[in-house]
Amino acid sequence: MLAPTLAWRFLRDGRAQTLLILAGATVGVAAFVFVSAIIVGLQENLVDKTLGSQAHLTVLPEEPPPRPLYEAAAPTLYARRIEEPAPRRRPFDQWQRALRTLEATPGVVAACPKVTGSALAIRGGAQEGVTVVGADAARLRRIVDLPRYLVEGRYRLGSGEALIGDDLADELGVRLGDPLRLTTEGRDADVRIAGIFDVGQQALDGRWVVLSLRGAQTLLDRVGDVTAIDATVEGIFEADAVAEQVAARTGLEVESWIDRNQQLLTALKSQDQSTLMIRVFVMLAVAMGIASVLVVSVVQRRGQIGILRAIGTKQRTVLAIFLWQGAFIGVVGAVLGTAIGAAFTQLLERVTFFPITVGPRLALMAMLISLGTGLASAILPARRAARMDPAAAIRGDG
Amino acid sequence: MSEANEANEARAGERLLELEGVTKSFGDEVVVEVLHGIDLTLERGELAALIGPSGSGKSTLLNLLGLLDRATAGTLRLLGRDVATLDDAALTALRGESLGFIFQFHHLIPALSVVENVMMPAAAVNGGFTASMRPKAEALLEAVGIGERADSWPRELSGGMQQRVAVARALMNDPPLVLADEPTGNLDTETSDQVFELLQRFNAESGTGFLIVTHDPDLAGRCDRVLQLVDGRLVADGPPDEVL
Repeated sequence: MLAPTLAWRFLRDGRAQTLLILAGATVGVAAFVFVSAIIVGLQENLVDKTLGSQAHLTVLPEEPPPRPLYEAAAPTLYARRIEEPAPRRRPFDQWQRALRTLEATPGVVAACPKVTGSALAIRGGAQEGVTVVGADAARLRRIVDLPRYLVEGRYRLGSGEALIGDDLADELGVRLGDPLRLTTEGRDADVRIAGIFDVGQQALDGRWVVLSLRGAQTLLDRVGDVTAIDATVEGIFEADAVAEQVAARTGLEVESWIDRNQQLLTALKSQDQSTLMIRVFVMLAVAMGIASVLVVSVVQRRGQIGILRAIGTKQRTVLAIFLWQGAFIGVVGAVLGTAIGAAFTQLLERVTFFPITVGPRLALMAMLISLGTGLASAILPARRAARMDPAAAIRGDG
Repeated sequence: MSEANEANEARAGERLLELEGVTKSFGDEVVVEVLHGIDLTLERGELAALIGPSGSGKSTLLNLLGLLDRATAGTLRLLGRDVATLDDAALTALRGESLGFIFQFHHLIPALSVVENVMMPAAAVNGGFTASMRPKAEALLEAVGIGERADSWPRELSGGMQQRVAVARALMNDPPLVLADEPTGNLDTETSDQVFELLQRFNAESGTGFLIVTHDPDLAGRCDRVLQLVDGRLVADGPPDEVL
């Protein structure tokens, strides 16, 4: 282990240079960790906000084929135009079978049949158009984590109970435990407010009234039927692939969150590219800093390198001495930089609206990239040192 | 005395280095021949001086003998091996095992302690420092008179002391031949004498051969054999009283 020993001694001997080079590497890694943590935190928050309130996959009933209004006998038919039917109630045939297939598809972690429809919510003189969502409480919470967003009451969907958003509660002037009348064409239901949630999205907080599956089926006149089946998948960015699998297995139409949020995905990809560019430039600056200081070190130590070669030190050992120096700087810079980057993110987290964390994965990535940068930047000086003519180096003109 | 030193003594008179018609040229477009057809034999246990005016090719010849450079033409054998047939790695290994070096500006490694500097040739050959190397390095430091400074740093020693460390380092691997380039050139007269006496003592006690490049005729006169190089040609080779 001659090379690491000499590498360490050389670094210790050139203390001022080593501190300078280490400071450069540390600042670079800290910037890398800081920027990465912020971007990852921001992206996770965006995805969480988006997907926290919607399913990763939605399986829809089969679209009924358009049918002609008038079937004339062939000889008398002059012209015919078949139009798409206007939106109307689509029964979900054999949805239990689709549910079983969905749950058996690899990558699907939870599924929830639901029934949705429009209704009017009435409380005294106040009336609001609402979206009734009916689902089994245990299944629904694995799609939309409503208990997490509950600001009042309890997460429970018993008979005659409803969960509503805080904005809707304000509009209607209702509080926890108050009665509420829901009315559709020809049907009414009286429910009591069991819980109020605040998801942070107007579409949900201002419109959703969540009922039990059976309650919603009755109110919306779809007893035994559902309008769709929502699902959560394991890897959110693999939702498209899972959707294709589900579609192939069920023969039904399957929408993924990616289909519904193309703009968000484009924004995330652009952010990824910007982050990558920042990371590359930061680490390039670090690499050039390490390389330039090591080149100076090689020039300054040419006499010592010459004598090392003269007394029998192998060329590859001399190469390894400088590679080890790069590796030491990379690793120590990574440890210090990650700690400083993490400390800065902690400070920043106090003023941001989303959590920022430097997890083990980011720390490991910083460590590997820093080590790689240290090694890569040491290659040039190391080769220069190893190729030095020992006689010329000893004379001082190597 | 180590087994290797005993072997050096036992094999005194054996041919160590043989040069036949060795020439060395530099340059591609304008070729300058620095050494012209050098024929030379060095035997084990010899204490020889290489003298000559500046620019006569002494350092070039020393680099060839030290396997730090390759001859343009001719044959150079070290311990019977034609070095022209060896690749760089084999040359490095042969150099580490068979040759010791002492330079005018001692070239100690400042990042290593005194004893580590002495152990360095053994570490270079074995691929690392081991605890078993230390007793021998300490014994060598003791022998050169600075045993108590083993754990000092080179910067804490005087020039004379540093040159003693360089002498100890050159002997660490018990090489049959030590090449010394102006080993006393940077020292005052008294220290110069002390360092040369060390070389004489090791030559006498352990049979280590020394080839000393020097400008100092007094120092050359105290060697057993003097080689004189003028304009890249070996013009004299014999006992000091014949050459000087």
